[in-house]
Amino acid sequence: MDKRKRLRMDILLIALLLAATGVLYLAFGRTVETGTSAVVRIEGTVVARYSLLEDGVYPLNGGTNILEIRDGVAWMREADCPDHICMQQGKINKTGQVITCLPNLLTVTIEGGEQLVDGVVG
Amino acid sequence: MKTKKITVMALTVALAMILSFVESQIPAFVAIPGVKMGLANIAVVFALYKLGWKEAILISLIRVFLVSLLFGTGASLFYSMAGAVLSLLGMIGLKATRQFSSVAVSVAGGVLHNVGQIGMACLLLETDVLRYYLPFLVLSGILAGVVIGVIAAVMVKRIRLEV
Repeated sequence: MDKRKRLRMDILLIALLLAATGVLYLAFGRTVETGTSAVVRIEGTVVARYSLLEDGVYPLNGGTNILEIRDGVAWMREADCPDHICMQQGKINKTGQVITCLPNLLTVTIEGGEQLVDGVVG
Repeated sequence: MKTKKITVMALTVALAMILSFVESQIPAFVAIPGVKMGLANIAVVFALYKLGWKEAILISLIRVFLVSLLFGTGASLFYSMAGAVLSLLGMIGLKATRQFSSVAVSVAGGVLHNVGQIGMACLLLETDVLRYYLPFLVLSGILAGVVIGVIAAVMVKRIRLEV
């Protein structure tokens, strides 16, 4: 196999992966709708559901994480994990957006108005 | 197994561990869980081309185990192990086709490492909301894979090794 053909195959593979990125972005990563609630899950179980319309500071998971909601956006104010990636993930308010704290097996997801009514509360 | 080969493999594991440690000291530059440069993959790609696929598997898995033991937090072993296994399978498979260069092999490794990690996270957290991160993780895997692949290609070319 000569070098040029390999290079072409490399570029093809990378192009395919970039295309896959685009498809995944359109399917999962793109967030446009402003959500209405922040849903807290610990190991997949919904443990709390807070309205984005009400300001508040909520300790989660027995205090390992503190979620703050103000002016319709939610963010992780404090966390006891070593990397603090959940705190760096910033403020979220669009349906589908997630804040994850992997060490504490905790996620905060923004969900929409319809899901508030139809959603299954675990 | 020849003594020289064992020594070279041990050195490669040590190199991978040092690279993991260096990386752990660099603060996360993107606030997406799982986004990494994957410096340790330099050693794994190097091993794959210079020592063979079985040796690369051993080196990668021993590296993951030891690094999780030394610097890991809780469940990090599971995330890393899932990423490493998927990444190894993909890299070995892609290399076996003989159609791609080591850069493409490394790209596949980077992407699959991230996919494996997020897959394991979905299993452990028992939720699929993490799929939101998938496009960002695939993209970061491609970028990291290119950089790591170029570095590994230089090492494979420059380092003379007879084992």
